[in-house]
Amino acid sequence: MKTSMKLMATTCLTLTATMAVSDGHMADEMTIVSWGGAYSSSQQNAYHTPYMEMTGVNIINDESSAEAVAKLRAMNEAGNVTWDVVDVVASDAIRLCDEGLALEIDADEQLAPGDDGSTASEDFGDLLVSDCFIPQIVYSTTVGYRTDLVGDTAPTDICALFDTETYPGQRSLEKRPINNMEWALLCDGVAKDDVYDVLETEEGQAQAFAKLDTIKDSVVWWSAGADTPQLLADGEVIMGSTYNGRLFSLIEEQKQPVAMLWDAQVFDLDGWIIPTGLTPEREARALDYVRFATDTQRLADQSKYIAYGPARQSSAPLVSTHAELGIEMAPHMPTDPANATNTFLYNYEWWADYRDDLDAKFQAWLSQ
Amino acid sequence: MSGLPPYATTGQRAWYYSFRVICGLIFFFLIAPILVIIPLSFNAEDFFTFTPEMLSFDPAGYSTKHYEDFFTNSDWQLALRNSLKIAPVATLLSVSLGTLAAIGLSQSHVPFRRAIMAILISPMIVPLIISATGMYFFYSNPYIPIPFLGKIELPFTLTGTYLGVVLAHAALGIPFVIITVTATLVGFDQSLTRAAANMGANPVTTFFRVQMPLILPGVVSGGLFAFITSFDEVVVVLFVGSAGQKTLPWQMFTGLREQISPTILAVATILIAISILLLFVVELLRRRSERLRGMSPS
Amino acid sequence: MTEVLAADGRPLKASLNRALRRQKLRALALIAPLLIFILVSFVMPIADMLFRSVENEIVADTLPRTVMALEEWDADSGDVPGEAVFDALYTDMALANEYKTHTRLGSRLNYELTGISSLFRKSGRRVGRFDTDVYTDAFQDADPAYSDPAQWATWMADDTIRANLPITADTYDAWAQMIVEAEGDVPAEEEPWDFVYTALYQDATAGADLPIGVDLSGIEPVSLSAQFADVDEDWLDPEVWQTIKIYSPEYTNGYFLNSVDLLKGSDGIEARPESEQIYVTLFIRTMIMSLSIMGMCVLLGYPIAWLLANLKDSTANLLMILVLLPFWTSLLVRTSAWKVLLQQQGVINDVLVWIGLVADDGRLQLINNQTGTIIAMTHILLPFMILPLYSVMKTIPPSYLRAAKSLGATDWTAFWRVYFPQSIPGIGAGCILVFILSIGYYITPELVGGTKGVFISNRIAYHISSSLNWGLAAALGTILLAVVLLLYWVYDRIVGIDNVKLGG
Repeated sequence: MKTSMKLMATTCLTLTATMAVSDGHMADEMTIVSWGGAYSSSQQNAYHTPYMEMTGVNIINDESSAEAVAKLRAMNEAGNVTWDVVDVVASDAIRLCDEGLALEIDADEQLAPGDDGSTASEDFGDLLVSDCFIPQIVYSTTVGYRTDLVGDTAPTDICALFDTETYPGQRSLEKRPINNMEWALLCDGVAKDDVYDVLETEEGQAQAFAKLDTIKDSVVWWSAGADTPQLLADGEVIMGSTYNGRLFSLIEEQKQPVAMLWDAQVFDLDGWIIPTGLTPEREARALDYVRFATDTQRLADQSKYIAYGPARQSSAPLVSTHAELGIEMAPHMPTDPANATNTFLYNYEWWADYRDDLDAKFQAWLSQ
Repeated sequence: MSGLPPYATTGQRAWYYSFRVICGLIFFFLIAPILVIIPLSFNAEDFFTFTPEMLSFDPAGYSTKHYEDFFTNSDWQLALRNSLKIAPVATLLSVSLGTLAAIGLSQSHVPFRRAIMAILISPMIVPLIISATGMYFFYSNPYIPIPFLGKIELPFTLTGTYLGVVLAHAALGIPFVIITVTATLVGFDQSLTRAAANMGANPVTTFFRVQMPLILPGVVSGGLFAFITSFDEVVVVLFVGSAGQKTLPWQMFTGLREQISPTILAVATILIAISILLLFVVELLRRRSERLRGMSPS
Repeated sequence: MTEVLAADGRPLKASLNRALRRQKLRALALIAPLLIFILVSFVMPIADMLFRSVENEIVADTLPRTVMALEEWDADSGDVPGEAVFDALYTDMALANEYKTHTRLGSRLNYELTGISSLFRKSGRRVGRFDTDVYTDAFQDADPAYSDPAQWATWMADDTIRANLPITADTYDAWAQMIVEAEGDVPAEEEPWDFVYTALYQDATAGADLPIGVDLSGIEPVSLSAQFADVDEDWLDPEVWQTIKIYSPEYTNGYFLNSVDLLKGSDGIEARPESEQIYVTLFIRTMIMSLSIMGMCVLLGYPIAWLLANLKDSTANLLMILVLLPFWTSLLVRTSAWKVLLQQQGVINDVLVWIGLVADDGRLQLINNQTGTIIAMTHILLPFMILPLYSVMKTIPPSYLRAAKSLGATDWTAFWRVYFPQSIPGIGAGCILVFILSIGYYITPELVGGTKGVFISNRIAYHISSSLNWGLAAALGTILLAVVLLLYWVYDRIVGIDNVKLGG
């Protein structure tokens, strides 16, 4: 027994000692959650590194944005929120805001005014889609294809995804209903303006699934933004949907034999939320970070590293050239007029309402 | 199997050699996937496949840039530091508690021995996803419920903390310590402790001077198993931990799933080197233990 | 017959018993710290998870009044519930909207009936803008005291008034609590919201005496069922109400039914619609794939174990390293290796094309399907088959085979009739071990399995981190756990858990 006491005591001592050491510097650390890959590195370059230099705060990256809603719910239930700032898409921000998991922000008070003298709410304009959402970029989900594997006629429109006769081979699509359902309907003859009305009905959903059924056997389903670029680079798929910024890196930075379509690109917003339930000093620091990271200059800086459009109007004139390649970034932005001839406006409010319903149906459809 | 007798028929000969070829192929299946990683980690390109330059052994096709990335990238460095911070403490905890319990279990009269053993081994058997799910929910409670008595309030919760991950990993490592240490104790001659007691040694002295040296190989190899369990564990840390506790396997998993980069292969190569090292240590210990037991009067 | 005495004068029997008891206690004392540790850090979390698979307090917590009002409603009648239920729903929904719990409840009920999530979200947005403000205006116009927060607080502290106005008192209390908790304001300084006046109106029309008399005859009553139907027609669908009623108890077997593709309808348990049936198939697939992996392991492991058991010790030890190295190598390393090897443009396909076995445009699909999962997992679990087989085969004396052959048996007969039966315990141990380990695998199928090659574990993880259906995840986990524990018990019976060997 004495031995056991002694061993126990030693263990406890060692444990506490290590604990003390490891938790000592918590005070000037913050965890920022994002999507990983080229996107995270652009944030690292444009926001994190300057912020760390300026304040001495150490930023830890977590790449869990895809699971942000689940994790925040669990953290909230536990009353132990370990994240300070979270990068989410607009529809997730709406959900989190609805559930009280994200902090409501007063844009004019808590965000920096525009460089051109406009207030923050004027500067962001319509993009402030939720009280909790601090917009960062406009991006689009679009299709990239291997120029050497698609044969003689390069695809020109989105429906090439569904045309397995002209373009035989694997294609990659995101493992969720959003975008896929809309594209399926568009390519099944539904007019662009009617897509969400049709999708609201049982028959419309069945129609979309039926269209997706025609290519189900040749689809690789992806769940992370880096998947399609990697699959394209490895020649595993001949075409696939992904974010336009990832395709930019693949084509311009890595010089892969890949080209992209702008047809029926789906616009979406991405931005920050701050979780509720932080201690006052952590909340203040998170707000300070967000104020810094979404000012006019910083948003414009991000576009030096990745081809996403800054969410502030005042940042647009500051968009310049790529940090390493030196090419003009504006023509690679989804919002560039030449690229935006046929865009599809993604309806986040509709999706906030129907997400649960369609997710369940989509998952069941996938596993059948 | 040790050699072919001279009178073997042609059929027997054919079978003998084809059997060896089959075994060779299976060994190849076992080992080749691990070896293939090593050259690929020196790929000068950012992809997972052999480039033509690599196949023609052109030095330009090879580079150590993925290793440089591993040693300079702050995410990988954080993951490495965390792994080195979590695994040893979890190991220490499972080895100290596990060794005591194994000694207890090896006594001749232990009530409910079988049931206790079953509970202590269960972390190895229960699917990790279930352990992880349970811990994810339970460690978020700021209290420990005591059946029928209420609960003990805690001033903190365990999810997303260093302590939470350490406790979870210690629980997962315990079966290995129990198994290896009880295995060593099976061969342990209990009359040695009695002899020591007879000669006036107190239980502590007996433990450290007589029992410990003999079961030490078992304890150390159990510890190594516990270490590798924690060092290699990803499911539980994904659920219980947060980015502040991300370990090497966590970083590799998200890497494989999210931002595929050949740095993973460089890390994999380093881990292979570590596992070879551990393998030899365990093997050495096993032999030593057998030798020691051979010496003890039985 | 005199009793035998021990040295200290006690009866020997008692003395021995005492010594035995002390020994037992000492053994238990040594085990206790670990046992407690395992119970707290491991067993209790699992028990907690089991509890979540039946726990269902969210409905009664979020819609307490509606659940009470629904008790009177006959779910089988095929009718929409009466106005009283909608009155209760109005108050509950208005409160839930402020606490921001209605969307969560919507998601919860959506697991049972798709469409409820969007119904709740829409209703939550609209509930503050119902036409019930006519009541508010009527009261406030009749007497300014009705717009005075302090006056309200005084009334609601008065027991006679409270007894007189039961609905109002209950609603006011809930409102006041919400004002404190969700808004952080003081109730005595805030004007009550529309739904409190609605409650007051309901009390008044039921014949209660108001603190200050108001003539309400001029007000056109607002039908709350019409208001809700205006938001969404689905509120007039009895099926929605059946779902709320069926899932209102605090405990439910609904998650378990869901995990075997059943659901609780109004007339008992029924099958889910075909398009939502996935779990039985998934369980069967998990079983079949685990069995295939187990079979592959026996097929590949048996020759190796036999070779190792029959070679010279020094050679065997050397070859054993080839088995142990994969065993010691990180799971993620091995999985990433297979990811590299199995791709269409990967090493294996490259080699096959180079040999000429497959055409360059007909490369095999080896990853993101069941093939990928089976190949990678066979590789990962093979050592767990070889090691127990080897330790059993080591104990079979080679002389038996020689004896059989010298008695005239052919090689095959000698092996099949003499050697193989003796190796069966090893096969059994290896099979159960491999099967137990593979049935709960998560990482490898997730990375190489695509959509068809995944296991039930991947579904559990999906429900925890993406669909947020934690109850269903817990129920699926419980079923998986039950299967594994059953096998564990069988393993314990056959092999004995203390006989598990690690690393040869």
